[in-house]
Amino acid sequence: MSERLSVAKTYKLYIGGAFPRSESGRSYPVRDNKGGFLANAAHGSRKDIREAVVAARKAFAGWSGATAYNRGQVLYRVAELLEGRREQFIAETAASEGSNAKKAQSIVDAAIDRWVWYAGWSDKVATVLGASNPVAGPYFSFSVPEPTGVVGVLAPQSSSLLGLVSVLAPVIATGNTAVVVTSQDRPLPAITLSEVLATSDVPGGVVNIVTGRTAELAPWLASHADVNALDLAGAPAAMRAELEAAAAGTVKRVLRSKAAEPDWTTPPDLSRLRSFLETKTVWHPTGV
Amino acid sequence: MAAPSTASVGLPPALADATRDETSLRRFLHGLPGVDQVGVEQRAAGLATRSIKKASKLWAIDTAISMIDLTTLEGADTAGKVRSLCAKARRPDPDRPEAPRVAAVCVYPDMVAIARTETAGTGVGVASVATAFPAGRSSMRVKLADTEQAVADGATEIDMVIDRGAFLSGHYGRVFDEIATIKQACGDAHLKVILETGELVTYDNVRRASWLAMLAGGDFIKTSTGKVSPAATLPVTHVMLQAVCDWHTQTGDHIGVKPAGGIRNTKDAIRYLVAVHEVAGEAWLNNKLFRFGASSLLNDLLMQRRAQLEGHYSGPDYVACE
Amino acid sequence: MWEYAPAPESRDIANLKPSYRLFVDGEFVEGAGEPLKTINPATEEVLAEVSTADKNDVDRAVKAARRAYDRVWGKMPGAERAKYIYRIARMMAERSRELAVLESLDNGKPIKEARDVDIPTASAHFFYHAGWADKLGYAGLGPDPKPLGVAGQVIPWNFPLLMAAWKIAPALACGNTVVLKPAETTPLTALVLAEIIQQAELPPGVVNILPGAGDVGAELTNHAGVDKVAFTGSTDVGKLIQRSLAGSGKKLTLELGGKAANVVFDDAPLDQAVEGIVNGIFFNQGHVCCAGSRLLVQESVADEFLEKLHARITTLRIGDPLDKNTDVGAINSREQLTRITELVATGEEEGAEKWVSPCPLPDKGFFFAPTVFAGVSQAMRIAREEIFGPVLSVLTFRTPDEAVAKANNTPYGLSAGIWTDKGSRILWMANQLRAGVVWANTFNRFDPTAPFGGYQESGFGREGGRAGLEAYLDV
Repeated sequence: MSERLSVAKTYKLYIGGAFPRSESGRSYPVRDNKGGFLANAAHGSRKDIREAVVAARKAFAGWSGATAYNRGQVLYRVAELLEGRREQFIAETAASEGSNAKKAQSIVDAAIDRWVWYAGWSDKVATVLGASNPVAGPYFSFSVPEPTGVVGVLAPQSSSLLGLVSVLAPVIATGNTAVVVTSQDRPLPAITLSEVLATSDVPGGVVNIVTGRTAELAPWLASHADVNALDLAGAPAAMRAELEAAAAGTVKRVLRSKAAEPDWTTPPDLSRLRSFLETKTVWHPTGV
Repeated sequence: MAAPSTASVGLPPALADATRDETSLRRFLHGLPGVDQVGVEQRAAGLATRSIKKASKLWAIDTAISMIDLTTLEGADTAGKVRSLCAKARRPDPDRPEAPRVAAVCVYPDMVAIARTETAGTGVGVASVATAFPAGRSSMRVKLADTEQAVADGATEIDMVIDRGAFLSGHYGRVFDEIATIKQACGDAHLKVILETGELVTYDNVRRASWLAMLAGGDFIKTSTGKVSPAATLPVTHVMLQAVCDWHTQTGDHIGVKPAGGIRNTKDAIRYLVAVHEVAGEAWLNNKLFRFGASSLLNDLLMQRRAQLEGHYSGPDYVACE
Repeated sequence: MWEYAPAPESRDIANLKPSYRLFVDGEFVEGAGEPLKTINPATEEVLAEVSTADKNDVDRAVKAARRAYDRVWGKMPGAERAKYIYRIARMMAERSRELAVLESLDNGKPIKEARDVDIPTASAHFFYHAGWADKLGYAGLGPDPKPLGVAGQVIPWNFPLLMAAWKIAPALACGNTVVLKPAETTPLTALVLAEIIQQAELPPGVVNILPGAGDVGAELTNHAGVDKVAFTGSTDVGKLIQRSLAGSGKKLTLELGGKAANVVFDDAPLDQAVEGIVNGIFFNQGHVCCAGSRLLVQESVADEFLEKLHARITTLRIGDPLDKNTDVGAINSREQLTRITELVATGEEEGAEKWVSPCPLPDKGFFFAPTVFAGVSQAMRIAREEIFGPVLSVLTFRTPDEAVAKANNTPYGLSAGIWTDKGSRILWMANQLRAGVVWANTFNRFDPTAPFGGYQESGFGREGGRAGLEAYLDV
């Protein structure tokens, strides 16, 4: 009996909760680390970035206005669905990164656990980073951390799942929305992640994922006036200074990192949670 | 502000005093207790969990039907459309003649004459919007003419809009005068005062506007024109029900309440009736003191009524479209 | 005129069994104590027979908890502990209707409250604390705080499942193992929680549940193998426990009684204040340690306020707890009903004016009509003693200072309420009030992120939030 032919998957963008192709109509081949063809991915354009930012902005009021408990629940649900698709992610990661099954397994497990870690931060950030300020006067003063808005994320080039999760989860756990430019050569786990996001309770537009050439897309994100912050994790080394300069045009908050990718298996600290928060300080007199 | 109108005759001294001039009116309205947004919304949500079943549900459905002001307020309204609306008002359920009639039809002033003819002898009232509905942005002369036309053509009820611009800029005296003037033009027709709560935005404003309308002589206070979102909501209606209840405590008079716009199904309608029951009281559970401004609500009520009586769910083909 | 037809929630979903057993070392086992019968206080019918623990059962359970701590739980990385606790939270949410109906049957509280408050808050408590298990270094209690070991926990009958959640969740998150005794009159939901814990595959011995009465509680809290004791209940028993633990080295937290003042100023949003007072004393039939059992109303608005209050109370529906339209349910036990009745009698004897809601009451079961005493002074027993029932004592005041003095004039200090439109007054009053929880323009709000606990004889230690972790860590 002949072997059954599988139904091949089309990899599209994830914008505003939907899966459009690139408005440019372009695509590019994605290969495994031996050069074998894996799939065609959408070759995103500046207009796709523009649409993604619009979607992210539209989703911001609702997402940042949800209770932290609700965000935590939604993120935990994402972890449940990631766990459900464990085998799929293992296969995709192994193919994308050229790792063996055992390594891919530990990457996927770490990614799920990383996501759970950040889900549990959602309703604790205010306690740990906020404060009541003992000012020298008859006032009650308190400081609360608030999400900054739309964050442009250049996802790590090499670690296509664990690194991706490590940069994305802290952005949205704190109430920001995200426009993610994926790893250029290893975009497929990101698209599968977007399928998980679309079928969990994450509202459309909270996360937007654009595949394509990082060098082409990054400057548009860095200079966009409606993007509040920029994560340079996956930025090409030669472009980092230029991107920081572009970000200065609207005084974006920029999260820099070393060009060499870190070991993503190291347990994170609070820095990625802190990076995209504004501190709001409020005063009110106390008196009869 | 004009000299106190007939509205303030017979009011207890504290209230009559408030209508003396605009300064007194402002002081009175701003001296009313505030409304805590979270508190009122929680109470409204809590009452919305009441579970109304069986006989009490059928009673609620019939009562709600009898409280409907069946409405068409579209630029495209024609004589034909109004005739068809009135036919439905007279006999809401084609196969069940025992179903209650609605309270009134509600139309634009130039449709009143047709509506009057089509509802003659049925007990169904004819309510007309007036005063440059829905925006209310015109001169007093035009608003008065609008009203007088409707009354002359036979409207039994007038649904006027307040001047929200005047209210929001603190010209309470002007708002008061307009209401009092229109009330006089109504003659025997009863006056509903539309506050347009969606534009007033805060519950404090809704409470103040409710009291203003009652002091000026309105017979009903109404939430919305239905042309602005948000239209009627449960918490807003709570605040208005509380106002008419407090008015009754202070004056002995009953003022009616009409939520309008956005009440689409039986579940919503029953929630409103629960609010009437538990916030204002049983005295308001009839169409003399409570109305629904709605159009699509009626069919849902009729389908639910059939479901209660026939024991299975109904469908839209079994009730008439207009 | 408009009678709401009965709207009963179905009893079947509670999955009531004829008998329930102890949960020790991961298994349901018979205890050697005298079995108790738990009744439905709304009907006085027996719901189930429940096996109880004797001295040896307590010993076995503590040893199981110690083994689990030493070999498994105390060593487990926080991230793994977290995932167990998340499972418990999610499974509670999945079985929420079952738990709500069972709670209503066993406790007497309205299904509306069990469904909308008790169960969701209990599940949220587990969910919140799950997230702390691998983040303890960020709690401001040191870079690597350690658990204490075995926690012995005794909880009351007023919020059975919620109290179990408040105790178990932080204990587990911090790495401790648990032996918990639910109240004698309300053991059932804790034992269904044990089932959930078993289904979540929590390692055996990490949580153990021992039904029984006060003697079992005493055995547990005094057991040498317990490192940490947590008690929620009456101040009298709390004092007994504190005395018996003196010199033992065991860490202790207590959450005891209260006689909270709900202060209404003349500029309060009056209708919402009425709601707040009603919620403050009639929520859960007044069986709430932080109940607003004293109304302190500014004299200039007292008459108007009381009139509105009476009118509102009259609309409260007292009846079958399983009816979705019931607002106030049954008193938990005959003993409690007797206590309430006696204290109300003293109120009349001491000269307060009694008003009772004219609402109809069911003719069987333990029910008490909402009662309001006006003209109360701080010298009266009904102003000083915790009634723990649907009885409100009303006092007046003229100035903010006087309100503060009266509100603080009690050895208790659990909670307080402030009703005013003026922000600065809210903050000033909050500063002045000697209470662990202050609610302004609201009341009875509970959240796992917000620490809860009292001053003075209302106990010490906090539950919830970052502050609540302290009780279960060696810091």
